[in-house]
This record gives sequence, C-alpha cells and structure tokens, in this order.
Amino acid sequence: MSFSWAKPYEPTTPFMKWLDERLPLPRLVYGATGPGYPVPRNLNAWWNFGVLSAIFLGIQIVTGIVLAMHYYATGDGAFNSVNQLIMRDVNGGWFLRYAHMNGASFFFIVVYIHIFRGLFYGSYKAPRELVWMLGLVIYLLMMATAFMGYVLPWGQMSYWGAQVITGFFSAFPVVGDPIRIWLLGGYAPDQAALTRFFSLHYLLPFVIAGVVILHIWALHIPGSGNPTGVDVKSEKDTLPFHPFYTAKDGWFAAFFLLLYALVTFFVPNYLGHPDNYIPANPLATPAHIVPEWYFWPFYAILRSFTLDFILPAKLWGVLAMFSSILLLFFLPWLDKSPVRSGSYRPIFKRFFWLLVLDVLILGFVGGAPISPFRTALGQIAAAYYFLHFLVILPLIVKYETPLPLPDSISSSVLHGEAAEAAPAGQTTKRRGSSAVAVAR
Amino acid sequence: MGSILAFPAAVLAYFARMGWVRSIALFVGGGFAFVLLYSMVGNAWTYFDSPPAPQAAEEFHKEHKHLALKSDGPFGKFDKAQLQRGLQVYTEVCSACHSLKLVSFRDLKDLGYNEAEIKAYAGSGKQWKIEVPSINPETGEATTRKALPSDNFPGPFPNETAARAANNNALPPDLSLITKSREGGAAYVYSLLTGYQNQPAELLKKFPDAKTPANLHYNPYFANLNLAMPPPLSTDGQVTYADGTKASVDQMAKDVSAFLVWTAEPNLERRHAAGFWVTIFLLFASVLAYLAYRQVWHDAKRQVVVTGALDPANQAKTRKAKAKAGVAG
Repeated sequence: MSFSWAKPYEPTTPFMKWLDERLPLPRLVYGATGPGYPVPRNLNAWWNFGVLSAIFLGIQIVTGIVLAMHYYATGDGAFNSVNQLIMRDVNGGWFLRYAHMNGASFFFIVVYIHIFRGLFYGSYKAPRELVWMLGLVIYLLMMATAFMGYVLPWGQMSYWGAQVITGFFSAFPVVGDPIRIWLLGGYAPDQAALTRFFSLHYLLPFVIAGVVILHIWALHIPGSGNPTGVDVKSEKDTLPFHPFYTAKDGWFAAFFLLLYALVTFFVPNYLGHPDNYIPANPLATPAHIVPEWYFWPFYAILRSFTLDFILPAKLWGVLAMFSSILLLFFLPWLDKSPVRSGSYRPIFKRFFWLLVLDVLILGFVGGAPISPFRTALGQIAAAYYFLHFLVILPLIVKYETPLPLPDSISSSVLHGEAAEAAPAGQTTKRRGSSAVAVAR
Repeated sequence: MGSILAFPAAVLAYFARMGWVRSIALFVGGGFAFVLLYSMVGNAWTYFDSPPAPQAAEEFHKEHKHLALKSDGPFGKFDKAQLQRGLQVYTEVCSACHSLKLVSFRDLKDLGYNEAEIKAYAGSGKQWKIEVPSINPETGEATTRKALPSDNFPGPFPNETAARAANNNALPPDLSLITKSREGGAAYVYSLLTGYQNQPAELLKKFPDAKTPANLHYNPYFANLNLAMPPPLSTDGQVTYADGTKASVDQMAKDVSAFLVWTAEPNLERRHAAGFWVTIFLLFASVLAYLAYRQVWHDAKRQVVVTGALDPANQAKTRKAKAKAGVAG
C-alpha cells in the first residue's frame, strides 16, 4: 500500500484468481497484514501491543456475545443471572465471565502500553496525526464500553459507579441535570439505565472494531513508525509483515496470553472490587466508591479539585478530567520537535519517565481511600500531568539539542555493515549454518 | 495609554510567536495547575488550622488474621471433610439468621455427599429444618413444603422487613458470596467470628463517646468496630461434629469460613485444574512460537560485531568525554 517495493498480491489458485477479480478481499488482507505490507525492520517489543489489543478486542467480543446469551438486564435478575446462572449453572460460565472481566483489564493494560509507546516514540507526529487521533477515539469508546459493562452485574460498585459517573454531568450548571436524567432515563440508575447500558455495551465494541479498521487504514498510508523515528528510505529498511511480524507478534501474543491466563484462572478477582459481589442497594452507600483500576488516574484528577475557585470544585474536577484526555488530541501540535523518537531527545526522555511515574502515582491516589496526604500527593501529580502536556512539552523543543539521528533504519540496525546487508527475500549463508530462505 | 497596553501587547506578541494551540495550552495548563495548587494550599491550611479529630474506628480497627486453607494457592483443593463440618456449622448456627440464596442442595455433591444423603439432608427435617415457600395445590393458599435437592437453600426470613424486625433493625447479609464480597475473604470471616472481645479500656479512655451501644457488640475486625451480630460461636462444643473433630470455637470458625469459600466459588477446583493445563499449553505454545520467530528472523536480524566509532563502548567514551568538555550532544 505504502511503498513501491510492496509485493503485489498474486493469486495462486484459479479460485483465488476468480475471487480476486470479483471481490479482492484476499488482496486487501495480503496488503494489510500479509507479505504485501512492508514494515520497518527494527521494531522492538513495544510495537507488539497494537496487534495484542486487537486480540483482546476479539476475546472481549467473543466472550461477551456468549455471556449476553445468559444475562438478564433487569434490576431484579441481573445480579443473580451473573452470580448464580453464569457463575454456577452455565457450563463453563465461570470461565467466560472471568475471561471477560479480566479481558477488559488486559485490554486496558495493552492499550495503555500501546499509548505510552506512542508517546515515547512520537507516534502522534506528522504524518501520523490521524492515526493517533483515531486511536484516542478508540480509547474513549473503550472507556464508555468498560464503564457500562461494569454496571451490568448490578453490584454495589456497579450501581454507585453509575451514580458517580453520570453525576459528572450534573456539575454543569443549567443543562447538567437534564442531561444526566436523559442519560439515565430517570433520576437515579434503575431499570431504564440498566437496559440502555446493556444495549450500548453490546453495540460499542463493534463501533470500536470499525474505528480500529480506520486506525489501521490511516497507519498504512505512511506505514508503521519505528524506534529511531527515521523515515523508511529504501527496501533495505523494511521487512514484509508476513512472515516476520506475524512470527514476532505470534510468540509475543502467546506469552502475553499466558499472563492473562494466570490472572484469569488463579486470581480472577484480584483486579476487581469485593463490593461488586454485594447486590446493588440504592439505600446503602459503600464506604469508598472507586471505579475499576483503569480509571483511577482520571478519578484522582477529578477528586483533586477540593476547593471552589470562581467555579465550584466539582465543575473544575469534571472539566479537568475531560481535558486530561481531550488534550491528547492536540499533542501533534503541542510537541513541535522535528525528532520523533524519545531515544534521541535527552530532555524529553527524562520528562517522559516522570510522566509515567506521575500517572502511576495518580493511579495509586485514585484507587486508595481519601487521606490528607494522598490528596496533596494527587494534587501535585494532577498539576504535573497538565504541566507536562500543556507547558513542558511545548517548551522542551526550545531547550533541547537532539542526539544525532542514524542515517537510515538499516544503518541503525545493521551498524557498519549495511552495505553487506541482504535485502529481504534473498538467501544467505553464514556461520556455517545451512542456507535459510528469509522471506518466502 | 501606551504603557498600559505594553504588557498585553507583549503577551500577545509572545502568543503569536508560540502559535495559538500552544498559547491556549499554556493558559489552560497553567490554569489547572494553579487551581490545584490553590486547593492544596487551602487544604493544608484547614488541616493545620483545625486538624481532623482522631477516630476510634481508625485507631482500633485491626487487619484480619492470617488463615491458611487447603483451597489457597494455584493448586488449592477443597478439604471435603472440612466443608462438611462447615456445612454443619452453617446449618446449626448461621442459618438461624443468614440465607444462602445462591446455593442449591444438589450442589452439596461437591462436598462428597451422594444423592440419597442430599435428599435426606434437605427434606427429612432432621438436618435442614427450614421449609420452602409453596402453594397448597388444592386451596391455592400460601404454605411451605420440605426442601428438595433441586431447591436453593431457603432463607430464615420471608423478606427483608421480617429479617430486620427479628434482628434489632440490622439485616443479616446473605452468605453465598460473603468471602468474595469482603476484603480479606475467608480470613476476614474467620477473624470476625473469633474477634469478639470486651471494648478495650484504652479506647474508652481516649474516646469516652465511643462506647459500644447496647444491642451492638465490640469487634475490632469490623470496619466501625461495633457489630450488630452477637457472637455466634461462643462455646467449645456448640456443634457436635459428625466426624468426631473437637469443635473448638476456632475450629468451627475455620470450618465455616472454608465452607463459605466453597459457596462463593464452587468452581474453584475446576478453575485451578483448567488453569494448570492452560498454563502448560500456553508455555509450550510460547516456546514453540518463540523458536519459530527465531527461525524466521534468523537472517534478517544479523548479529553483527560492531567495531570502531559505532561500538557502544566507544560511543559511551565519546559521550563521557563530551560531557566532561561541556559539549552538547
């Protein structure tokens, strides 16, 4: 799709030729994830997480569809359909449910690593701005889907989480309350909210899948980035996606699924909250209402605004929380450094790791019960979050001298021996090993 | 006039140089940071000006005790004899107030009972005494009948109001999921059952207002220290175990906690067994896939011995020398 040396699709059987002339679906797949997509040859392990997140989206959709067959979206039936029918009576229901529950967590783990990889290697920079923004759209849709999915078991945290999160809207003056009531279909989460959340929770993953296709499409126009941030210059810089990256993604996916299986089978409730095994009770507020772990940093930002300042504290919190995600859409225009990769940006690199630490601190503060010390810590961390993206990133470029970039991707990988490097597809013999066909 | 406008003009000129996106960003980022700082200073002021009063529940609350069960860990399996004893404690003690709604009698086969034993347990009226709500087939009037293996455990109260009325307005929670719905799980249940004590004199000295009210019972493992449930297991030998185990309070508390792990997670053994094989499979698959990856990449990823200026060791030397000389890069 993107480079002149990309291998065109050649149907090998009469049937594939027949099909290709009528519906070139195999051609599309071949060019997108097959040998027809040239990828920089120097991708490191952090580049595995895009494919991994697609795998987790698939796992969520498959387990979710089966779970929906056994789930009752009613105030009276939801809790028992999950905790009795699915967990006890449906054959393998416990596995589906734990796989889906922890699948959501692992989906967020891989997506967070994917996002931070993008932040470090400047994947948001030209010409990949739209790839980045579509990715953020996916992330926002994921958050909405995950939130609504957490409401479905209708436990205490489901109920009170829905109460708190829809309560964000009531922070806005005048329009806030009507919006909240419209969203919930009532004054508090109830049957109307539960049914619509179930409907949307079923719909949104397919919307995500659609945006994922746009995300990949937009990526394949300039082609994948790489750890040096240097553009692909020649065929020597790339390898065909298949078999090279299918093999690399393949082994990494198997390894990551192992971690996922360990959690799912041995500590399935570790990432959840015990209160969600108590049936929803509008009359009993839990001592600490916390969302799922993947929302903790944002929850910390929300709770950090404790005093009114011109606007009510709650409104500040809600504005800041929304801004903390929306500001990421402007990243391509905030960070103007022409160097993409953080590896060659000495000052940026330090601030990047500070940001990672900062988000971890925000996560810790957001998940823990409120205390004066933790609130102060959260306020510093929240302030740094905004300063990092809105003040430091735009200014770094003025004070930073980037390290010299390699001439090309192949020279960064193959060092002094680029001239001798065999282009992909050629057979070489070395170190006494027998000849190995590279790309066939 | 000119002097008044000089500052805004300078700011505008600066913004124009920065570009509008980054100008707004600077403003928004600085704004949020300022309001956060304002909140922090305000909080600190309040905190030091009028420090929050210490709370009895914060100071005297205890973390749950340690409890080791056979079902713990990745290879954990239930101790069926213990679960049977736990069921006996539940039947003879807990079921007076607590329901077990999500568990059905037929599930008891997991504990090692056969069908005849389950039928006798549920319906003979000797072990399980609570009957199941039903309808008289002739008159249609509400009545009760003996429990069948296909029934779920019937609760002691017909509804929440009746439960509260019988318990000083406190609602005894359903126990089906209790070990999953409390921080600490079985260890918490065990700590609570064995944790009743007299209110420490130290507490009353420090917090004279925090005296445990009548009808409540002091228990440092309970979040707010005062629990409505009277000590359910108070004397050794309260239950006469069918298997002859000595029924100390500690033993009964352990057994019923283990039983409640089973009620909350009846598929635990199946999960552990499936997890074992899935782990073996995925380990094998990862190793195989890794070897395939190495094979595919064998010639693409050339392990070149780097020499000269590009040798990482020499590059490090260069960086060091540059840093020493104060040269950028």
